[in-house]
Amino acid sequence: MEGIVGYGAYIPRNRIKVEEIAKVWGADAPSYKKGLMLEEKSVPSPDQDTITMSVESAKNALKRAAIDPVEIGAVYVGSESHPYAVKPSGTVLAEAIGATPEVHTADFEFACKAGTEGMYVALSLVRAGEIKYGLAVGADTSQGAPGDALEYSAAAGAAAFIFGKEKVVAEAVETYSYMTDTPDFWRREYQYYPQHGGRFTGDPAYFKHVVGAGKGIMEKAGLKASDFDYVIFHQPNGKFPFRVGKMLGFEKKQIEPGWLVSKLGNTYSGSSPLGLTATLDISKPGDKILIVSYGSGAGSDAFIFEVQDRIEEVRNLAPRTQQLLEDNINYLEYGEYAKFRQKIKKAE
Amino acid sequence: MTTPSRYWREIPQRYRLEANKCQSCGTVNFPPRLVCPECQKRDLVATKLAEKGKVISYTIIRVPPHQFIDQAPYAVGIVKLDDGVNLMAQIVDCDFEDLKVGMKVRIEFRKIFDEGEAGILCYGYKFVPD
Ligand SMILES: [Zn+2]
Repeated sequence: MEGIVGYGAYIPRNRIKVEEIAKVWGADAPSYKKGLMLEEKSVPSPDQDTITMSVESAKNALKRAAIDPVEIGAVYVGSESHPYAVKPSGTVLAEAIGATPEVHTADFEFACKAGTEGMYVALSLVRAGEIKYGLAVGADTSQGAPGDALEYSAAAGAAAFIFGKEKVVAEAVETYSYMTDTPDFWRREYQYYPQHGGRFTGDPAYFKHVVGAGKGIMEKAGLKASDFDYVIFHQPNGKFPFRVGKMLGFEKKQIEPGWLVSKLGNTYSGSSPLGLTATLDISKPGDKILIVSYGSGAGSDAFIFEVQDRIEEVRNLAPRTQQLLEDNINYLEYGEYAKFRQKIKKAE
Repeated sequence: MTTPSRYWREIPQRYRLEANKCQSCGTVNFPPRLVCPECQKRDLVATKLAEKGKVISYTIIRVPPHQFIDQAPYAVGIVKLDDGVNLMAQIVDCDFEDLKVGMKVRIEFRKIFDEGEAGILCYGYKFVPD
């Protein structure tokens, strides 16, 4: 049996509220809160980035997996905010957890889908018998342009999964991917902030691909929406996951445990993976979980997991995702936030 | 100025807290040594520092070295780790008024500094409240 043997999350402690951002740009906070179902978002400290959050989430996954990191044969980091333009994030992660030097490492990039890409490849290498354990992390410290709608949601967080054949916590029952070339969101080289296609990001982009992958994997597995205990969709805002859930026949209560976006924001490559860590935290043996990511450009990866008895032994070996979302919170004013995110121009 | 080669040499300590322990008197050396400074024996085995401990002293740095200017003011503390080793590092994610001698902390992996806009990024350990 192949699947997740350990999982871990990491969320920085800083938050900024929608009101605090709206105040600066003269925008109407209630309409953002209602329209996008967003209240606040996480913000990394100046000493946190995709690499540091990857390391911390991976350490939490290792605590639950309780394996020797030397046995990890693949380390993948999926992100659209790798700190270096040239130099891998994965090597730092592999070195920090003690998986080097006999390990395959790669950085993935596919807007918000990079995290599940790494998961797909790590799981596939385990299935093929090429490696004993594979680690995949989805992490981002994404930025929206000041005043842009994305500024209210672009957040920071990481989720890590170790795949293997022994000590399985959640069996990987099925995988499915759905891709087309769709220019809904992009950032060219040397550009600091991304561009997006406004309303074009909805129907032909998010909804088409998430529905495509969701329908595809359920058909492939011979399952319907009511067969699942929980479902996690990519969360660019609060509304999209519920709307797409309805389109696929899911109810609110199946979505809610993994729906973190109103207090967390959109953690891009970490978004649906963090929804999965939060859902595993509260799941019981036998539960069936569907996760469908979405990355602009565009495509979705889908996985079906079935929770195993070992969940009871491991869930409290590392902090729960909800706990990371609630403990030791530090609210920022816009000025501090702008400093933390290097939005202020200083003298050379 | 931290050169890439010096940073690279220190990676086992900066990333993984690799140390060694004297088999005859129990002294833990960080960074690892060839000869025990306490008993002069050479019987040392590899170990890792404990990742939790208690603050025994701290100060607030307001006038920092140039690589740390953007981080100031910040707290630096000496922590007695659970294995008895004293380790100095920044204490972050904690408001200054909440800092206390005796408070429990643990290690987190953070960016320590960068060498300007174009240089290498230096990662390592800091303390956070536990
Ligand atoms: Zn000695």
